[in-house]
Amino acid sequence: MLNYLLRRLLYAIPILIGVNLITFALFFMVNTPDDMARIHLGAKQTTPEMIEAWKASHGYDKPLFWNTHATGVQALTDTLFYQESVKLFTFDFGLSDSGRDIVSDIKQRMWPSLALAVPTFVLGLWVNITLALAVVLFRYSAVDRAALVAAVLLMSVSGLFYIIGGQVLVSKVLHLTPISGYQPGADAWRFLILPVLIGVFSGIGSGLRWYRTLFLEEVNKDYVRTARAKGLSEWAVMRRHVFRNGLLPILTGVVVVIPTLFMGSLVMESFFGIPGLGSYTIEAIQGQDFAIVKAMVFLGAVLYILGLMLTDIAYAWADPRVRFK
Amino acid sequence: MSLVILWTDALIWLLAGMLVLWGHVAVQDRMNRQRWQQVFASPIALVSALVLLAYVAVALLDSIHFRLESGQLRSVLDMLFIHLLENTERTYSAPFATHEYVKSVIEQNGQVVQTYLPLVHVQPEQLWPDIFKGLALGGVLTALLWLLVKGVSHFFANSIFALADKKLLWRTIWLILTVFSLLWALSQHFHVFGTDKVGNDVLYQALKSIRTGVLIGTLTTLLMLPFAIALGVMAGYFKGKVDDVIQYLYTTLNAIPGVLLIAAAVLVMQGMLETHPEWFGTLEERADLRLLFLTLILGLTSWTGLCRLLRAETLKLSQLEYVTAARALGAGHGRILFRHITPNLMHLVLIAIVLDFSALVLAEAVLSYVGVGVDPTMNSWGNMINAARLEMAREPMVWWSLAAAFVFMSTLVLAANLLSDRIQQVFNPRNG
Repeated sequence: MLNYLLRRLLYAIPILIGVNLITFALFFMVNTPDDMARIHLGAKQTTPEMIEAWKASHGYDKPLFWNTHATGVQALTDTLFYQESVKLFTFDFGLSDSGRDIVSDIKQRMWPSLALAVPTFVLGLWVNITLALAVVLFRYSAVDRAALVAAVLLMSVSGLFYIIGGQVLVSKVLHLTPISGYQPGADAWRFLILPVLIGVFSGIGSGLRWYRTLFLEEVNKDYVRTARAKGLSEWAVMRRHVFRNGLLPILTGVVVVIPTLFMGSLVMESFFGIPGLGSYTIEAIQGQDFAIVKAMVFLGAVLYILGLMLTDIAYAWADPRVRFK
Repeated sequence: MSLVILWTDALIWLLAGMLVLWGHVAVQDRMNRQRWQQVFASPIALVSALVLLAYVAVALLDSIHFRLESGQLRSVLDMLFIHLLENTERTYSAPFATHEYVKSVIEQNGQVVQTYLPLVHVQPEQLWPDIFKGLALGGVLTALLWLLVKGVSHFFANSIFALADKKLLWRTIWLILTVFSLLWALSQHFHVFGTDKVGNDVLYQALKSIRTGVLIGTLTTLLMLPFAIALGVMAGYFKGKVDDVIQYLYTTLNAIPGVLLIAAAVLVMQGMLETHPEWFGTLEERADLRLLFLTLILGLTSWTGLCRLLRAETLKLSQLEYVTAARALGAGHGRILFRHITPNLMHLVLIAIVLDFSALVLAEAVLSYVGVGVDPTMNSWGNMINAARLEMAREPMVWWSLAAAFVFMSTLVLAANLLSDRIQQVFNPRNG
């Protein structure tokens, strides 16, 4: 197991290099340092000297991949790509365009993101699974059909409508919660309750269908019939047998998401004015701040790979038959 | 007046042509015929398919562009709804309103008063006569369109829809035509979905958004299909090194958070468009090019799911006896791949196409909200929702833009979801 994880960890390195290569290609080859200099200096009256000076001051005057003027290893290391990658690998994200330290920004904005994402995730999972189990309990009946119709209807509405509708109904008409904003500390729940509920609600449609399919596959198996024959109540069969065996496919889909909860939700956070990483990213995209976008891409990739590894561990834990070679 | 063919126009018509051709070919095969018969045996699936078809028809009408003498770019749909384009008001007005939604300050008999001004293009005293006129006109138009569709349907007597229940088929078509005709006729005298901040008709915006939504939903999948199929099948069939490389490729792409990758690519694309003004002559062409690039970017980021699915299925298929038998008979890799493996994957591809369609239409709204979607000047549901967000904060609320986007968008996505469910049921019976 340890051996296997170690190899997975090593496999992560080429993937991260690949991720860097893609972002690098996007930001430096298509959008060359010359273009960046021109944008930053303003379109008017840029002389070649000014561009060179800007590039030199920002460290962008090196060749892209291969330095023909250097010798030995230096030919590879004294280049833009190498420099940029090494910085990212040591989690040194540098400064944003507005001159703030990206790492400390991320550390600070991570908490509101987690405060929104974790409750949404946990509550959503619980609601979806409970509803799915209940629906499977009434499988192939009118209840089942009604639930399926409702699920398709819920799924077909864009999440944006739920957010706007929820804000108008709960905050503007009923005045139950603030429309948007955030306050750290104990009072945060007043701002979080609406986005969490909307997040859970908008996920019910697809979640219910997905878990229903998983549980339906289990419910017709022989061991379930045996459990029923033992005289267990139908709900006990669901909870103790169907749910536990359905856990395995659920794990594959769910565990991989957990680390990426750090990244926050772009849409939710910006609609509700929560100063987390999601709104941080959106601000960076809208302000065309490439340094932050690059940092978030790298962070997202690291968290995704972490999620894949966690999935393997969870699999081995949930199903002792799983062996890694 | 001269015909203008935008990039996306050409592609969507090409796609429509392929669809018609495929529809003709698909029913030739007995097995396929049976399956589609089964799909359309469900009334919900039939109605959904017809609704989708209606959306596609509007999108196609909106994809024949020509330039007027005055230099404006117009589509056939624009000309049909030219009254909506011309009847602009001064500011917000509610659906079927006769007066503006906000008070204006005017001078009346030497006194300054606050009042609701009447709309420019609606006659308040003729409210009911105009409504009846609209209904009558709508009825006549329905009848005319009905005859037209009946006539055209003779050319498609052998297509997929020939398999469906005739009564329900024609009832649904009649209903769709009625809705369309009534919208057209009533919009002659009223703003059916109201007007926006600068007095533009909201119904027109919602109608124009159809093309954007349909284009993103279909072109993206079309552009990614070749990659997904070729790479997935190759990875599953050749295994070993080829498999490693392809798996590495999609794991890497998957590792980048989807929205961020799209956003980064769109930002770069915006920069490229700014530095290459020679690529487009007019602002419309620029918006069109941006839409094309957006579908390309969405395609490049969304092929991984299907690719992984096809790889797994190919792995399974290539172990089967009939493939071994083909190999023993001396069939080469090419023949096995094209004749024996790929045809057996087509149901997965079909399911992926219809499943992705609704996801992409929904994604457009989110991307436009983030600011990396279609051009802000282009009509799209995402842009409408984005604008509606501020309108909902007004007092009193301006709700009709959001309502129009909601009705038009949700109908399309719901129809796509229902049809894809049925197709999945029929073509992939294991996923009950």
